[in-house]
Amino acid sequence: MSTTTTSEAHTAHAEEHHELGFIRTYIFSTDHKMIARQFLFTGLLFLLLGGALAVLIRWQLGFPGQPLPGGGILPETMAPGGIILPEFYNSLVTMHATFMVFFALMPLMAGVFGNLLIPLQIGADDMAFPRLNMASFWITPVAGFMMLASFFVEGGAAGAGWTSYAPLSASGEWTGVYLGQQLWLASLIVLGFSSITGAINYVSTVINMRAPGMTWFRIPLATWSLFITAWLLLLAIPILTGGLILLLLDQTIGTAFFRPEGSGEPLLWQHIFWFFGHPEVYILILPAMGFVSEVIACRSRKPIFGYHSMVVALVSIAFLGWVVWGHHMFQSGMNPLLGMTFVVTTVVIAVPSAIKTFNWMGTLWRGDIHYDTPLLHAVSFVALFIIGGLSGIFMASAPVDIYIHDTYFIVAHLHYVLVGGSLFGIFAGITFWYPKMFGRMMNEGLGKVHWALSFVFYNLAFFPMHNLGVQGMMRRIYDPNQYEYLQSLQPTNTFISINVFIFAAVQVIFAFNFLWSLKKGKVAGNNPWKSNTLLWTTPSPPPHGNFPEMPIVYRGPYEYSSPEVEEDYYPQDRPPPQSSSGGHTVEAPNPEPVPGD
Amino acid sequence: MNFSWLLPETVSTFGPALDDLYYVILWITGIVFFATEITLVVFMVKYRHREGRKAEYIHGSNKAEVIWTVIPFVIVMGLAFYSKALWDEIRDPDRIPPDSFPINVMASQFEWNATYAGADGQFGTSDDFVSRNLLHIPVDRPVVVYLEAEDVIHSFFLPDFRVKQDAVPGMMTPVWFQATRTGEFTLACAELCGLGHYTMDGRVVVDSEADFQSWLDSQQAEEDSD
Amino acid sequence: MSNAAVATMERKPMPGMKVYNKKLGMWVFLLSEVMFFTSLIGSYIILRFAHPEHWTDPGVVLNVPLTATNTFLLICSSVTMVKAFAAIQQGDVTGLKRWLLATIVIGAGFVGIQMVEYVALSGEGFLPALDAYHAVGRGNPHEGPSLGGPLYGATFYVMTGFHGAHVSIGVLCLIFVYIQAVRGKYTLADHEGVEIIGLYWHFVDLVWIILFTIVYLI
Repeated sequence: MSTTTTSEAHTAHAEEHHELGFIRTYIFSTDHKMIARQFLFTGLLFLLLGGALAVLIRWQLGFPGQPLPGGGILPETMAPGGIILPEFYNSLVTMHATFMVFFALMPLMAGVFGNLLIPLQIGADDMAFPRLNMASFWITPVAGFMMLASFFVEGGAAGAGWTSYAPLSASGEWTGVYLGQQLWLASLIVLGFSSITGAINYVSTVINMRAPGMTWFRIPLATWSLFITAWLLLLAIPILTGGLILLLLDQTIGTAFFRPEGSGEPLLWQHIFWFFGHPEVYILILPAMGFVSEVIACRSRKPIFGYHSMVVALVSIAFLGWVVWGHHMFQSGMNPLLGMTFVVTTVVIAVPSAIKTFNWMGTLWRGDIHYDTPLLHAVSFVALFIIGGLSGIFMASAPVDIYIHDTYFIVAHLHYVLVGGSLFGIFAGITFWYPKMFGRMMNEGLGKVHWALSFVFYNLAFFPMHNLGVQGMMRRIYDPNQYEYLQSLQPTNTFISINVFIFAAVQVIFAFNFLWSLKKGKVAGNNPWKSNTLLWTTPSPPPHGNFPEMPIVYRGPYEYSSPEVEEDYYPQDRPPPQSSSGGHTVEAPNPEPVPGD
Repeated sequence: MNFSWLLPETVSTFGPALDDLYYVILWITGIVFFATEITLVVFMVKYRHREGRKAEYIHGSNKAEVIWTVIPFVIVMGLAFYSKALWDEIRDPDRIPPDSFPINVMASQFEWNATYAGADGQFGTSDDFVSRNLLHIPVDRPVVVYLEAEDVIHSFFLPDFRVKQDAVPGMMTPVWFQATRTGEFTLACAELCGLGHYTMDGRVVVDSEADFQSWLDSQQAEEDSD
Repeated sequence: MSNAAVATMERKPMPGMKVYNKKLGMWVFLLSEVMFFTSLIGSYIILRFAHPEHWTDPGVVLNVPLTATNTFLLICSSVTMVKAFAAIQQGDVTGLKRWLLATIVIGAGFVGIQMVEYVALSGEGFLPALDAYHAVGRGNPHEGPSLGGPLYGATFYVMTGFHGAHVSIGVLCLIFVYIQAVRGKYTLADHEGVEIIGLYWHFVDLVWIILFTIVYLI
C-alpha cells in the first residue's frame, strides 16, 4: 500500500481529527507539530532544572562553604544548613551535565525541531511513523522521572560525572552511591530508545516523503542538519546503550566488565563512552548549525553562501566524528602512538567547521541584514562557536592537552560550544519558528533585551574559565582553596559565579516573553519573515495534515533577492512565470537539479 | 582577578617546549579570532538593512571554498606534525632515560603513596620506604614515576612540571620528568575520584643532590628504626 | 495557486529509496541493532584479547553439539520464514499461516533450548558474576578446579542473552503477524507486515551465526 498522500486522504485525515478528544489531541497525539510542542515544554523544563543545578555549583565555587540563601530547604543529606556537601557537589556536576545534555539539549534540538521542521520543510503531511513518534516523545518524561528520582534515594544521585568513568561508577563502594548510579544508568538506557525511534522516523521521512521537485540539493539546511544528526543518533546511541548495560551489570549483579578486581578494563568503558560521546557532541551542534543557516540566509535576504559546501561539510563532520574519540583519552594511559593518530583526525575535523563559519560570514557579506532577534542569536552562534572551536585547537595537540586536560580550559571550551553554540542556536530557532508553532510573534523588544543581556553576561561568566584552566585549576573540584596555588583564583571564581547568576536571571525575560506572547503576541500570518521554505506557505499554526495539496517544488530554498522576481524572496513552491515561447518551463515531478540550486 | 593567558612558570625540561607549542597555538588562534570576529562585526554594521539597498544575489564561490579549506587544513596539519616530536619525547616508553630515578606512586582514595627503593635500589626489599603525599626528587636528574591506582582512576598532575597522567587501577603507567630548579611544588589529582577528590593535595620537593641524599638517608633511618 | 499546466500534474512524493516506508524503517532500525551488537561483541573481543586466560578451549565448558543443533534450527526457521513470505506473494494465505506457524514453533524452540542450556551451565558453576563464577566444565562433578574466568561467563550471558531476548521479541511479533494473517489482513497486494518481520527474523538469524562462531567455535 503506498503512502502517497492525495487530496482525498488529506480531507479524510482532517475530518478524523475533529473526532479526537482532548487526550488524543494534546496528550497522546500523533501529530508531529504537537509532539514538537511536547518536546519543547519538557526540554525547557529540564533546561531550567539544569540551570538551577549550575547555580548551585557556582554558589559553592563562588562562595565556598557559605550557606546558600534559602538553602535551608535542601535536605541534610545534600546541604545541611544550606552548605553544600562535597558528595552533593559531585552529584551536582554530574546531574547538571546529564540533564543539560540528555534532557534539555537533545529534546530541544532534535525533538522539537526535528519534529516541527522536517515534514513542513519537505512538504510532507506528517512523519513516516506517527505512532512511533508519539512513543518516542513519551519515553523522554519517563526517563526524566527516573533520573529525577535518583536525587531522592538513599545515597543520593550519581556522582561520578556525566562521563561516569569506571571503576568509580562501577561499584557503590567508591562513592557511597548505589541506587542513584543504577537509576542514572537505567534512565539513560530507557532514554536511548527515544532517540533511536525518533531517528528512524526522521531518516525514513526525509528519504521517502519529500514533495515532488524536492531533490536532495533543494532541501533546506535545517532539514539536512537534522537528517545527518538522525543518522548519528541512530548509530551512536546503541553503542552507549550497550556500554550502559554492561556498567549496570557491574553495579548490580557483580560482573566485572570494567572492574579490575575481576580483570575488567576501566579503559574499555572510556572507549565505549567516547565512541558514542564524540558523535554525541556533533548531535548537539549540527541542528543548531542548520537553524543558523536558515536564519542568516533569510534575514540577510541572501542565498546561503556555498550551499553544496555546507552540505558536504555537514556530512564530513558526521563521518570524521567517528574517528576522533581518542582525543578525550590522550592522558588515559592509552598507547601514545594511537594517541597521535587521534591528534591528526582531530585537527582535520576542525576544517569543515571552519568552512561552515566562513560560509555564514559569506552569507552576511553584501547582504541586507535585518536585526531581528533570531538573526542576532544566529550571528551570536557564529561568534561564540568561533571561540569554542578555536579553544578546541589547544586540546587537539596532545602535548598541550597534558596541561589543560581536566582543567577549566575544557569546561570553557565545552560551554562555548554547547551554550554559546547550541543554546544560542536554540534561541535562534525558537524565536524564528515560534510564529509558525503558535500563530503569534514573540515580542521583539523583549527579545532583543534578552539577547543582549544574555550575550554580555554569558561571555563575562564563561570567558574567564579559559584563564582558570591556564592557571591550572582542575575540574569537578569542590573547594579549590585546598590547593595553595589555586587560592589566588578565588576572586575570578566569585566573578564568574556572579555573572552566571545574572545570566540565569536574564532567562526570566525569555520565559516571560515566551509565555506572554502565546496569548498576547502579534498575530503572525503565514510568512512573517518572508522565507522561501514550504513550511512558511502553511497557516500559522498549520492544520492537521499541513498542506491541503502536496506542494510542488521548483527551486532551492535560498532564492532571496533573485533578479527573477520583484520581491526579495522567491518561495520554493511558486511556479516560475510562463515563458513567452510557450510553456515548457513547467518541470516534471522529478526534475534534474539545476546549477545554482 | 586573574584573566591571564600566560602560563605560570615551568620547572621541568619539557615545560618550555610544551609552553612554546601553547603560545604558537595562542598566536594562531588569537589572530584568527580577531580577524574573524572583527570581520563579523564589520559585516553586521556595513550590510545592515537600509531602505533602497538590496542584497547581492550570489550563491557562493568555488575559489573561496578551496582557499578556506586548504589554508586551515595546512595550518592544522602543521600543528599536528609539530606536536608529534614533543608527544613522543614525553610519552614514548622507549624514550624514558635509562638512568631515571625510580619512584613507585600508588594513588588511592584520597592520598598519594610514594615508595622509594631504598639504598639497595631494588623495590620489594626490606629497605623500601613509603612517603605519604610527599615526593622528594633530585634537581637536574630524570625521574620516572611508576604510577598505579588502588581503587579508582586518579590523575597525577604536577602543574609546574606540565606533567599529567591518569592512574588507572589494573595498569601501571610510567611517567618521567626532570626538574630544572629546586623548590616546593604542587601535586594534584586531576580525575574525579570520589568525595575526597578535592583533598588530594600532595607536594613535590625538588632538592639539590646533597639535600636529596640526606632526605633519603633520613627516611631510611626512620624506616630502619620502625 | 498553481497554474493550469501544473494543476494537471500528479502529486507523488519523490521516489526516495523506491522502498515503502515500513521497509525503509525496518532497515534503518536494523542498522541501529547492528551498532548495539557491535558494542557488546566489540567489548567481548577487547576483553578476550586483554585476558585470554579467562577463556577455555571451545567445548570444554559450553555444549557445542547442542548449540550447533540449535543453530541449525534457527537457520531452518529462516527458511520457513522465506516460504511464508513467498506464499503470500502468491496470495496463498493458507501457506502463509502454515509457514508462519512453523517459524514460531522453531523460534520458540530455539529460545527454550537456550534456556535449558543456561540452566545446565549455571548448575555447572558457569555464571556471569565475579564472586559466583566457578565453572567446572561439561559433565564434570561439581567439585574441581575452576576453568576459565568470570569474563567468560559475563560476556557469554550478555551476548547470547540479548540475542535470545531479540529472538523472543521476534517470536512475539511473529505471533502478532500470525494473528493478523488468520484475520485475513494480508493479501497478494498488501503484505508489508510479513515482509518486515521477515527482515527482522533474518537479521536475528545472521547475528546468531556470528555469535555462534565467535562464542562457541573460537
